[in-house]
Amino acid sequence: MLELTPDRRLTGGLRLLAHKSESTTEPILRGLVPPELILPLHQHGGNPAVPIVDVGREVAKGETVAAAGDMPSAAVHASSSGRVRAIEERLVPTGSRLRRSLCIVIETDGEDRRAAPSEPLGWPESATARIERIAEGGLAGLGGAVFPTAAKLAAVAGRCKALIVNGAECEPYISCDDMLMREAPEEIVAGALLMCDLVGAPVCILVIERDKPRAIEAIGAAARAAGDPRLRLAEVPTIYPAGGERQLVELLTAEEVPSGEFPSAIGYVCQNVGTAFALHRLATRGEPLTSRIVTITGQGVARPRNVEAPIGAPIGWLIEQCGGYRPDVARLIHGGSMMGYALPSDDLPITKATSCIVAAGPGEVRQSFEEWACIRCGDCASACPARLQPQELLVAAGAGDFARLEALGLDDCIECGCCDVVCPSHIVLTERFRAAKRAHAAHVRRLELSAESEERYRRRERRIEDAESRARAAQEALKAKLRADEAARREAIEAAVERARRRKSRNV
Amino acid sequence: MKFETAAPPHAVPVRGVPQIMRRVLLALVPAAAAYTWFFGFGLLINFVIAALAALVTEAAILKLRRRPTRRALRDCSALVTAALLAFALPPLLPWWIPALGGFVGIALAKQLYGGLGKNLFNPAMVAYVLLLVSFPIQMTQWVPPRMGDIDYRPLGFVGTLRYSLYEELPPSQSLDALTRATPLDTVKEGLRSQRTFEELRGLSLIGTFGGRGWEWVNNFIALGGLYLLYAGIIRWQIPVAVLAGLLVPAGLLHLLDSSRFPSPAFHLFSGAAMLGAFFIATDPVSAATSDRGRLVYGAGIGVLTYAIRTWGGYPDGLAFAVLLMNAAVPLIDRYTQPRIYGHSAG
Repeated sequence: MLELTPDRRLTGGLRLLAHKSESTTEPILRGLVPPELILPLHQHGGNPAVPIVDVGREVAKGETVAAAGDMPSAAVHASSSGRVRAIEERLVPTGSRLRRSLCIVIETDGEDRRAAPSEPLGWPESATARIERIAEGGLAGLGGAVFPTAAKLAAVAGRCKALIVNGAECEPYISCDDMLMREAPEEIVAGALLMCDLVGAPVCILVIERDKPRAIEAIGAAARAAGDPRLRLAEVPTIYPAGGERQLVELLTAEEVPSGEFPSAIGYVCQNVGTAFALHRLATRGEPLTSRIVTITGQGVARPRNVEAPIGAPIGWLIEQCGGYRPDVARLIHGGSMMGYALPSDDLPITKATSCIVAAGPGEVRQSFEEWACIRCGDCASACPARLQPQELLVAAGAGDFARLEALGLDDCIECGCCDVVCPSHIVLTERFRAAKRAHAAHVRRLELSAESEERYRRRERRIEDAESRARAAQEALKAKLRADEAARREAIEAAVERARRRKSRNV
Repeated sequence: MKFETAAPPHAVPVRGVPQIMRRVLLALVPAAAAYTWFFGFGLLINFVIAALAALVTEAAILKLRRRPTRRALRDCSALVTAALLAFALPPLLPWWIPALGGFVGIALAKQLYGGLGKNLFNPAMVAYVLLLVSFPIQMTQWVPPRMGDIDYRPLGFVGTLRYSLYEELPPSQSLDALTRATPLDTVKEGLRSQRTFEELRGLSLIGTFGGRGWEWVNNFIALGGLYLLYAGIIRWQIPVAVLAGLLVPAGLLHLLDSSRFPSPAFHLFSGAAMLGAFFIATDPVSAATSDRGRLVYGAGIGVLTYAIRTWGGYPDGLAFAVLLMNAAVPLIDRYTQPRIYGHSAG
C-alpha cells in the first residue's frame, strides 16, 4: 500500500480552533430508539421520495416508507419499528439550509424490530443492479451535501481516475467521521473497495487530516490488512476547508475542478467515509441507511459525544441522551461553526445531512458585530480557497453590479466563510455573497422573462402585421377587381354608344 | 426549545481593525525611542499635536456627516496617520504645522473621500507633501543626531516645546546653529557640486550605511516592520518590492560609477526608506490588494523613490512615489487579479 503525504499547500484556507477533542473522549453511543421519528422525504438537492405507506400502518425498522422519486433521488426507510402517525409538512435541516418537506411521522414501539432484508440478499453482479440497489437502500452522501450516492457513482462509472474516500473532516466541532474511522475501519475500507469495483477506479485514496492520528492508525491497519493494491492512504494538512471536494481534488492531484462542474467532470469522485460504511452495511447485510453518526457537542451541552442517531430522531431528544443542555446555551448549529446554520428550535429531526449539532455557549459563537469599513487589507483574498477577491466582490455586491460580480467569479464562491473569520472589519461577507447570488439568479430570471416577453411581443407584432398586410392585399385585389369591372362596364357602355351612333349614322 | 438564529459562519473573527492599528503603533515604539534619543523630543511633541488635530478633525467631520464618532475615534486609524506624519516631519517645528498636517491628512485625504477605507491616497503622505511644498523653510529644519563626536548642543524637552509653541529659542541658540541638512540632502548637494560619494562619506553626518543616527532609526523601524510581518498585519510582498525597487537601480548605478551614485546601503538606511517600505506603502487602504499587484505597487514606489532622489528636485522622494503609485492602484488591481479556481488562464 502506497502512502501519500501531500505537502502541497492548499490555496487559501485557515487553521482554525478545531474543538474536536471535546466530543472524542467517549465511544459512539449506540442503540438509541427515540419515542418519535420524523422522516423527511426531501433531504438533499435531488428530487423528493414518494411515500408508499398510509397513516396507521405498522412499519418495521429498515422497511421502505418512501420510494426514490425521479433521479436523482434516494428512498427513505423507517429507522425503527412503530406506527405511522402522520404524513405532514415539517421544517427539516438539509444539506445547506432549512427546507419544508413532507415528513412521515412514526410513533415508535420501542422494540426496534427489523424487517427481513429485501430479496435477493446478495450483492448483485451487474453494475446497473448495484446502482439500483444503492438508490433503493436510500444511500446519500453523509459528508453534508447529501447528494444521492447512486447518482454520484453512476456519473463517473467506467471513466474514474481515482476514488477519493473523504475522511478529511475539516469543519470545526465535527468528529463523527473521526470516531467512525476509529471504530469501524475495516467496514469503511471494505465499503471503499466496493465503490472502487463499481466505478472501475484504478486507485482508491483514503484521505485523513493529520489531526486525527488514531483514525490514521486504524484506517492504515485496516487497509494493510485488506492488502488491495488500489488502496492509498493520504495524510493531508489540517487546513479548513481541505475537506471540501474541490479543495481535496486540488490538494491530492494538483488538478482543478472546472468552474460550475463536479469532480466527476475530470474523472474523480469523492465519497465520505460514512457513506463507504453505509454501502458496506447495505452490500453485506442488506441494511438500508437508517442511521448515521452525529456529533453532539458545544459548551451548551452537558456531555459532548458522538451518537449513532436514527434518521428522523428529534434533535432535542438526542441532546437529552447526552446529558441535556447547560443553562447558558445560546445557539443551536446544524453542522460545524463555519458552514453550519443556526436552527430556530430543537424539535427538528436528524436527517442524512446532519453530521453535527453544536449547542454553542455565548462565548464560542460570533455575536452580531458592528462593522467597520473595509480597509482593503486583503486578508479575505489570502484566505479564499477559490482565489476570489472578496473585497472587490463586496463593492460590486453593494453596487448591485451583476456584470462585475460575474466577472469576479461570484458563482465560484463555495461559501466556506473563511473571509468572514479573517475580516478585521467584521464584515458579514459570505452572507452578502449568498444574497448577491440569489439577487443575481433573480436578475438572470428577470432578464430571461423579459427576453421571452419581448419575443412574444415581436411575434404578436409580426402576426398583426401579417394580418394587416393580408387584409391590405385582399383590399387591393378587391379594388383592382372593382376597377377592372368598372373599366369593363365603361367599355361596354362605350361600345353600346358606338353601336348606337353607328346605327344612327346608317339610318340618317 | 427555541434558539436565536444567525447567518454562518458562527466562528468568532480572529481580530479587529483597532487591534491592527494598535499593533502598528506598537511596532513604531522602538523606532520612536531611538528617534527621540538621537534627535530629541520633537517627534513626540509633533505626534501629540498632529494626533490631537487628527482626532478633533475626524470627530468634527463625522459629526457634520452625521456618522457615529465614538467608534471611528476608537479604531486608532487617525493615530496611525498622526504617527506616520510625525516620523516624516522635522523635529523642530512650530506647533501649527503638525496641527495643519493632522487636519489636512484627515479632512482632505480621508474624510473627503468618505472616511476609513475609502481614501485613494495615503493621508499621512498627502499631509506631508502639502506641508513640504507649502512651508519649504520650516519643513527642512532638520537637526543632527546627538552623537559624541558631532559638535552639537541639542534642545531639551522644554526647549523643544517652547520652540514649538512660541517659536522661541534659548538666548544662546540660533536656528542656524541647531539645524542641518539631512544626510540625503548633504549627499545630493555634494554630488551636484562635483564631489564624489567617497569624499562625502567622510562627513560627520554620514554613518556606516546611511546617515548617522538615521541608520539606527531605520534599523528600529525595520525591526518594527519585522514584527508586523510576524504578526500577520502586513505581508512580505510590498516591503520586499519597495526595498528591491530601491536596491536594484541603486546597486546597478553604484556599480557603474561609485563616485556619482551613492551605495545601495546608503539608500536603504537613509531618509524614509524603511518607514516607507514597512509602514507607509503597506497602508492597506491605499495599496494594491492582490499578491502580484502588491509586488508591482511596491516596486513602483522603490524605483520612483530612487529616481526622485537621484534626478528629482527633492532629497527624498518616497512621499511623492507613494502618492503616484496610490493613483496607479486601481489600474494595478485591474490587471493583477489572480486566476480564479477552476477557470482556465486568460
